[in-house]
Amino acid sequence: MSEGKPDEQQYSFTVVKWFSIAAVLYLIVGALVGDFIAWELAFPALNFDNPYISFGRLRPLHTNAVIFAFGGSTLMATAYYIVQRTCHVTLWSEKLAWFTFWGWNAIVVGAVVTFPLGLTQGKEYAELIWPLDILIAVVWLAFTFNFIMTIVNRKVSHIYVANWFFLGMMVMITYLHVVNSLAVPVTLTHSYSIYSGVHDAMIQWWWGHNAVGFFLTAGFLGIMYYFIPKQANRPVFSYRLSVLHFWALMFGYVWLGAHHLQYTALPDWAGSLGAAVSMAMIIPSWGGAINGMMTLSGAWNKLRDDYVLRFLVVSLAFYAMSTFEGPVMSIKTVNALSHYTDWTIGHVHSGALGWVAMVSIGAIYHMVTRLWGKDIYSVSMVNTHFWVHTIGTIIYICAMWVSGIMQGLMWRATDDYGNLVYTFAETVSAMHPYYVLRSVGGVLVLIGAVLMLYNIIKTISGAKQPVTAAAAARV
Amino acid sequence: MTFQEKLEKNVWGLIIMVALVVSVGGIVEIVPLYYLDNTIEKLSQEEDSIRPYTALEQEGRDIYVREGCYLCHSQMIRPFRDEKERYGHYSLAAESKYDHPFQWGSKRTGPDLARVGAKYSDKWQIQHLKAPRSLVPESVMPGYPFLAENLIDHTLTERKLRALAAVGVPYSEADFAGAEEAVKGKTEMDAMVAYLQVLGTMVKFQEGKDYRE
Repeated sequence: MSEGKPDEQQYSFTVVKWFSIAAVLYLIVGALVGDFIAWELAFPALNFDNPYISFGRLRPLHTNAVIFAFGGSTLMATAYYIVQRTCHVTLWSEKLAWFTFWGWNAIVVGAVVTFPLGLTQGKEYAELIWPLDILIAVVWLAFTFNFIMTIVNRKVSHIYVANWFFLGMMVMITYLHVVNSLAVPVTLTHSYSIYSGVHDAMIQWWWGHNAVGFFLTAGFLGIMYYFIPKQANRPVFSYRLSVLHFWALMFGYVWLGAHHLQYTALPDWAGSLGAAVSMAMIIPSWGGAINGMMTLSGAWNKLRDDYVLRFLVVSLAFYAMSTFEGPVMSIKTVNALSHYTDWTIGHVHSGALGWVAMVSIGAIYHMVTRLWGKDIYSVSMVNTHFWVHTIGTIIYICAMWVSGIMQGLMWRATDDYGNLVYTFAETVSAMHPYYVLRSVGGVLVLIGAVLMLYNIIKTISGAKQPVTAAAAARV
Repeated sequence: MTFQEKLEKNVWGLIIMVALVVSVGGIVEIVPLYYLDNTIEKLSQEEDSIRPYTALEQEGRDIYVREGCYLCHSQMIRPFRDEKERYGHYSLAAESKYDHPFQWGSKRTGPDLARVGAKYSDKWQIQHLKAPRSLVPESVMPGYPFLAENLIDHTLTERKLRALAAVGVPYSEADFAGAEEAVKGKTEMDAMVAYLQVLGTMVKFQEGKDYRE
C-alpha cells in the first residue's frame, strides 16, 4: 500500500524542526517561571512587592507556558511528523503549517506580555484575554484542517492509531475552547465571561479537566502510540486494546470535570456522576498504559542502554500512576481531604512532569536525530537528563503528598472540646520545608531541560561526537 | 468490514463519530444545570439580600481577578464542621449568581475568603494588603502596597457595568449613571477593601435550616 511513498527529503520537516526547538525552549521558560514561583511560596520576600513578578500574575504564565507553549509546540511538531510518516504523504499545506508556527508563537509572546501586566480573564488555564483567545481558535482550526487534509491525501488505506488520538484532541479542544471562552468585551484587554457562578464553575471545570484529558492526554497518547513502537522497533502490543483505549477515553474523559467541584454549591448529582465515571476511567487508562509497555515485550533488554526508550517507558509508568491517583482523589471521602491542598498540585505534576514532559522529551530526542540525520551529541548527557528529571519529579511529588495530606489533616483537626487545633497561619508555616523541597525538585527538572537544549544544539551543529560513539549509534 | 474498520478508512466518518461521542458527557452534566429548579437555592425574603456589586465593589473584584487572588484563595466553603468553625456557613450557589467569572478557586494556599466580609476592620485589611507579614508573620502572601497609589480608571466603570448587564446582571439606568461618580478619586485599595468587606454578607442564614437538598 505504500507505493509513491515520498523520500525523506520530500517530507515537510522544516516546520517540524522549528516546532521541536520551540518546544525545548518553552520547556525551559515554563520550568523557570514555575520554579521561580515555587521559591516565592517558600520565601515570599521574592515577590519584592512588585506587581509584575507577584505569584498571582506569574502563576498563569507558568501554567500557560508549560501547557500551551511547551505542550502545544510538542503536539504540533509530533502531529506534523507522525501524520506525514504514517500517511506516506507530505503535509497538505506547508504554508498553513508555517502559519500555525508563527501564529502559535505570537500567542505565546502575547501571554508573556499580558500576564505580568495583570491582563487575564480569571479562569484557570483559560486566562488569556479575548483577542488572544480568538487567535488560538484560528490557529487551532488551521492546525486541525491541515492535519485532516493530510490524512485525506494519505497513500495507505488505514488511518494509524496515533492519528485517531490527535483527531480526538483537535475536535474536543475546539469545543472546549470556544464554549468556555465566550465573553462580552469591555475593552481590547478586558471582558466578562457570559457565564456566572455555579454554571461558570461547571463549564470551567469541564474545560479544565479536559484540557488535561484531551490536550495533555489524548494528544500525548498519540505521541506514545507512534514513538514507543518506533523506538522499540516493535509493533503496538494489542490492536484491540488501542481501539478500546481510544473510544473509552473519548467517551469517558469528558465527564470528569465535575469531580473538581465535590461538596461545593454545584448540585450533588453532577459531582457524584463525575466521580463515578472517574473511577471507571482507570480501566481504559491502564489498558492504554499496558498496551504501551507491553509493546516492549521481547525487547525489554533495550531499556538497558536506550535512554530515549527509558524516557518513553517511564512516562507510561507515571501515566499509570496519575490515572490511578486521579480517580482515588475523586472519591468523595478522599476529595474532602485532598481538595484545596497541595496534593492536587502534586497530582498535576506527576502527570505533567512524569507523563507529559517525559513522553515529549523522549519523542523530541527521537525526532531530532532523524530530522537532522545525525547521531545525538552526547548519550551520557541524555542519561544524566533522564536521572535528574526523574529524581526532580519524584522529589516534587513526594513533597506535595506530604504537605497536602498534612495540610488537609491540620485543617480538620479538632480537640476534645470540638475546637480547631490549628490556626490557618500555623498550617501555612508547617508547609515551609516542603515548599523548599518542591523548589529544589523543580531546579533539577530545569537543569535537565537546559542539558537537553545544549545537547540538541550540539547535535544539530554537528559537533564531534564524544568517546561514547558506539553507544550513541544505538540511540 | 466492521464499523471500526470503516472509520479507520474514512477520516470524515471518524471525525463525526468522535464529535458525537465527546459531546455526551458535557451535555448531560451542563445542560440540566440551566433548567433544573434546584440548581440555585430558593431563599425567603428575610434571607435574601443578594444584589449586584456596587460600582466600587465591582472595580475591586476586577482587581481581585487581575492579581490572581483566586489562585491561592477559594471562595467556596464546604459543608464540613471544621470549615464552619473556620469560615462560617457553607456557600450557596445563589451567593455567586452575579459573579462573572466565578471565583470559587481550587486551592487554599491562603484561607477561604467566601465570608471574609466584615470579619476584619478596613484598617486591618489595608495594612494586611500592604504588608501581610506585619500582621501575620507566617503568611506567604505577596504585598500589594501599590494598590494604595493607583487610582481607579473611572472612565471605564460604566462600560463595565453595561457589559455585566449584557450578560444578565440586573443593573439599572441609575447604576450606570452613577458609576463614574462612585469611583472617581478612589484608589485601587479602596475598591479592593470594598469588595472584600461585602464577601459573604448578603444572605441571612436561618439557624438549623438545610439549604442543600
